Amino acid sequence: MASDRPAMANSARPAPARAAFYNDPKVRSLAYQVLLCAVVAFLVWGAISNAVDNLRRANIASGFGFWDNTAGFDISQTLISYSSDASTYGRAFWVGLLNTLLVAALGIVFATIIGFLVGIGRLSSNWLVAKFCGAYVETIRNIPLLLQLLFWYNAVLKTLPGIRESLSLFGGGFINNRGLFLPQPQFGAGAGVVLVALALGLAGAFVYRYRARKRQMRTGVQAPVLWVSLALIVGLPLAALIATGFPVSFTFPEMGRFNINGGVEVLPEFVALLLGLSIYTAAFIAEVVRAGIRAVPHGQTEAAYSLGLRPGPALRFIVIPQAMRVIVPPLTSQYLNLTKNSSLAVAIGYPDLVQIFTGTVLNQTGQAVEVVAITMAVYLAISLVTSLAMNLYNRRVALVER
Amino acid sequence: MTMSEGDLAVTQLAFVRREPIAPLPPPAMMTGPLAWVRDNLLSSALNIILTLAMALLAVWIIYEILDFLIFTAVWTGADREACLVSPAQPVVGACWPFIKERAAYSVYASYPIPERWRVDIFFAMLAAGIVWLLWLNAPRRDIGAVYFFVVVPVVSYILLTGWPLIGLPAVDTALWGGVLVTIVVAWAGIVVSLPVGIVLALGRRSAMPTVRTFSVIFIEFVRGVPLITVLFMASVMLPLFVPDQWSPDKLLRAIVGIALFASAYMAEVVRAGLAAIPKGQYEGAQAVGLGYWQMMRFIVLPQALTITIPNIVNTYIGLFKDTTLVFIVGIFDFLRTVEVARIDPKWATPVTSTTGYAVAAIFYFVFCYGMSRYARATEARLAKSERR
Repeated sequence: MASDRPAMANSARPAPARAAFYNDPKVRSLAYQVLLCAVVAFLVWGAISNAVDNLRRANIASGFGFWDNTAGFDISQTLISYSSDASTYGRAFWVGLLNTLLVAALGIVFATIIGFLVGIGRLSSNWLVAKFCGAYVETIRNIPLLLQLLFWYNAVLKTLPGIRESLSLFGGGFINNRGLFLPQPQFGAGAGVVLVALALGLAGAFVYRYRARKRQMRTGVQAPVLWVSLALIVGLPLAALIATGFPVSFTFPEMGRFNINGGVEVLPEFVALLLGLSIYTAAFIAEVVRAGIRAVPHGQTEAAYSLGLRPGPALRFIVIPQAMRVIVPPLTSQYLNLTKNSSLAVAIGYPDLVQIFTGTVLNQTGQAVEVVAITMAVYLAISLVTSLAMNLYNRRVALVER
Repeated sequence: MTMSEGDLAVTQLAFVRREPIAPLPPPAMMTGPLAWVRDNLLSSALNIILTLAMALLAVWIIYEILDFLIFTAVWTGADREACLVSPAQPVVGACWPFIKERAAYSVYASYPIPERWRVDIFFAMLAAGIVWLLWLNAPRRDIGAVYFFVVVPVVSYILLTGWPLIGLPAVDTALWGGVLVTIVVAWAGIVVSLPVGIVLALGRRSAMPTVRTFSVIFIEFVRGVPLITVLFMASVMLPLFVPDQWSPDKLLRAIVGIALFASAYMAEVVRAGLAAIPKGQYEGAQAVGLGYWQMMRFIVLPQALTITIPNIVNTYIGLFKDTTLVFIVGIFDFLRTVEVARIDPKWATPVTSTTGYAVAAIFYFVFCYGMSRYARATEARLAKSERR
């Protein structure tokens, strides 16, 4: 504040009239800061003492002792073993966190795919494609996510036919108002070999690419990286699959009288949340991608053409690397938004962290402060780790200026 | 066989053209609608396929929407019977009588019927303020700002909650709902978040370490957590933190949560604007002897806020969409009234939910799209000075 003013020091002239001490920028700055600290400390102290009073009056326990108590409620989707009568609140927390991470991870994959397609589509020279993608972005971005989730859940998935009239999907799955039923892969003996082959193929492709690039740097000779990588990543596991006699089989869901047996059951809440999050975030990612590509000056493309690069390589070697520098930071913040927005699961009853913890656990224990604090800490930790990674990335790709 | 220029010169050439070739005929179409179609829709095989696929998709989507909302829609009826599939109407679209009957509830919810004129006056005052501020050639926009940010809040608070002394019976906020609550929450967020955001942004750029630290902690904390957890905090933790007798009512808690959340995002938007002002502006202001607050008020903030208007409006769009989340902490906002209406047994049919959501989507879309158009127009207007 006042310290922004340059200090009035000039030794050549006779000493200027001294200002009163309360006009000294340093004193003022110190006074403001002490005052601010006092106010904040007073507010915090007031909040804590009130909370202690109120909690004592309401007879609510405090502390994290509830973590090891038996939870006693059921969760409809558990990635790790969990039972209502034996598992603790702590276990429920991990179940919820994993459910959040699962929907966030899948949502990020789908949103990225749709978002990049739409974002590039908006820049298409085909007028209809560009307008269509523009309409998608404008519509989806201007309707609240919560409304979209409710729409997918209540108006689309819940109005699907019941078990008896399940719609069959291509590839042997079913979809009805109780969820999505998909074939489940079963791994027999020898499946490990296929996995090892896949890992070897990936590693081999990586090494090949690295060496090919080095050789190109040295001699200028290009290597068919794409085809060799494809052969290694797809061909090797395929060969292993044939050699071991197809150890992977699928159990298909079967229509029973009242139920569908076998296969993987995906909750309708999960499907709705995944659809809503992917479609909503994709609209924002599309804008990020469009802005990123537009940020590369046209002269770069023209220069690439005049060097003799064809449109494909020009895009791959000139435009995309420069666009990614612009795209990645806002893209990451969209990923974070998607993760945070997955907390809207609470509105449609998908058992994510917020639904389990700030919903059920908070209602059962009444320990609002601890429960909300833990939930916030989880999201905060995810945000901080991501922004840390982002800062590292930015430092790596930052333009080196003179 | 490789050949250098020298070789070329001595090679016996079989044929050398001695006169220029006749010029090619001009391209058949360079302008006009047909040329446009060829260039923009049918320029290559891939584009032809894409155009056809997109055209089919677009026609299908638009037809489905129109079909549902208009062609097969039910326009009159007294209850769910009208919107059920029957031999007379094998396909049923939107159920409009349901919307007509529940419209008043969606706007006012449980606000007492004889007092609803107060809500209407509130909407009118707000609309007048918005027009005054957004219409660039309106007279005395400075008074408009005071009206919007000071007069309307005070008057509408008295009007909506009531003041028995002047003959307005008190209306408990538990009775508020529908569009009224959505607008109140959004607008309270808008009015609070801008000044708080400016203060936080200035704090984050301050030279005083404690001011900077507190601002950074607040901004990064709020931006790092989902709005739902902030709302949960406001609704279950806020009552713990204040003495019992001051415990804020439910609506106020939600407004506090939304306003704090929006303020943190606003602070980052304003900070970006402050960072975009050249250092020379700060130095020039200091050189003419302005103090910190004078420099900010007369030199820096007017420029910074002007270039930030589009981003501020974008934050407002986010805020407006986020007001739907108060639904989760038990406030009767517009979306909640739609939720309640659609499960009303009197109207429960397979199309009721979709009809309700369609109307809600149109409502939010109109507001948000309007704001985004305004932001874009402002951006274009500001960019005019950059164009040569």
